[in-house]
Amino acid sequence: MEKVRNLINVTDLTTEEIDGLIELADDISKNPEAYRNICAYKKLATLFFEPSTRTRLSFEAAMLELGGNVLGFSSADSSSAAKGESVGDTIRTVGNYVDIIAMRHPKEGAPIIAARRSPVPIINGGDGGHFHPTQTLADLLTIKRKKGRLNNLTVGVCGDLKFGRTVHSLIEAMLRYDEVSFVLISPQELQVPEYVKERMNAAGVKWRETEALSEVMPELDILYMTRVQRERFFNEEDYIRLKDRYILTSAKLLVAKKDMIILHPLPRVNEISVEVDDDPRACYFYQALCGKHIRMALILFLLGIKKV
Amino acid sequence: MNIDGVYNGIVLDHIQAGKSMEIYELLGLDKISSSVAIIQNVRSVKYGKKDIIKIDEIINLDYDILGYVDSHITVNVVKEGKLEKKLHMALPESLRNVLSCKNPRCITSVEQEIVHEFRLVDREKRIYRCVYCDAEQ
Repeated sequence: MEKVRNLINVTDLTTEEIDGLIELADDISKNPEAYRNICAYKKLATLFFEPSTRTRLSFEAAMLELGGNVLGFSSADSSSAAKGESVGDTIRTVGNYVDIIAMRHPKEGAPIIAARRSPVPIINGGDGGHFHPTQTLADLLTIKRKKGRLNNLTVGVCGDLKFGRTVHSLIEAMLRYDEVSFVLISPQELQVPEYVKERMNAAGVKWRETEALSEVMPELDILYMTRVQRERFFNEEDYIRLKDRYILTSAKLLVAKKDMIILHPLPRVNEISVEVDDDPRACYFYQALCGKHIRMALILFLLGIKKV
Repeated sequence: MNIDGVYNGIVLDHIQAGKSMEIYELLGLDKISSSVAIIQNVRSVKYGKKDIIKIDEIINLDYDILGYVDSHITVNVVKEGKLEKKLHMALPESLRNVLSCKNPRCITSVEQEIVHEFRLVDREKRIYRCVYCDAEQ
């Protein structure tokens, strides 16, 4: 019996597999007809123990566009988790009903428990402040489509880099491409964790930390904005003090490269002014579309329907 | 102070002075029926002072616990009055149910009956990382 493949962290995929998923996603969006019924009679469970708009709906849209079906829950309150059921037991149960599971859980490492208990592939749709690999795949697809490459890029990541799981996963994924450097823009309290710095050092990439977005703006090929997440703070005062630290406006973009792209995993609160949405460099809603395409590719890959 | 020699048993030597009670508890030596002697602050040429634990029975020990708590410990297994083997402890590559993750956001803080697992990431600094959430201990 073939070993079940899961996606817990972006490191579960080889560079060739990531590149293959990007190619498959491009083929899916160019030839949607060819994929319309490819997942007929297959079921995806979306088990979201924490709220989500894009991740859950894009997984569901992805499966529906592949001709499959979806079932699941969108909050822990509407599942037996509210009665105290463990993640392991929930997954063992749902694994009897479906062919693949996408899950989000507020506790870090929950998908590892799930993968150990599940007879079907587990996709991590975000575990606390830890990993969010499918967002990373969406980010990579957007960068590839908009910049035409994944190497030779200066990537600025800005905002909550401590709890921002999308940032950790993006850095981890981009470490494998040549000539990528990172500029980490955050208040001191929200700097990337040590283990991420260790990973960058081990990979030998250039990186530096700064608190000043405006100073580094002209050198960036990609500006990846993130939200300061209220739900990650135990202390409301800290959240209020830090939440408005970086707000991207059209004025601040005057010094940016003309072909820089602005990404954001969304949802935003106020860290990108609405006026920026009309700037041709703003790619965050397109990024959400890329999220659906790459999740379609990922479902096909993990179900073993398509090789990459 | 006289404590009988071990004829069939284990002698944990070179325990850092003051750590023997912690090791006694972590190894669950309070639950065995054989004699156990804890000798504290014994003079040592190498360390100045050391603790020793003598167990009057050959039992299975969790070397991961010993290596983690004090990697200088020497385990002497004595059979019929003769030293059968001498083992030097080292920091283990992984720990199972020795440490508990302190990250309140970790799944181990809520999931029942989960094995707490850590892997060694820096031997020199003695840093372990939770396999679930990557928090360092």
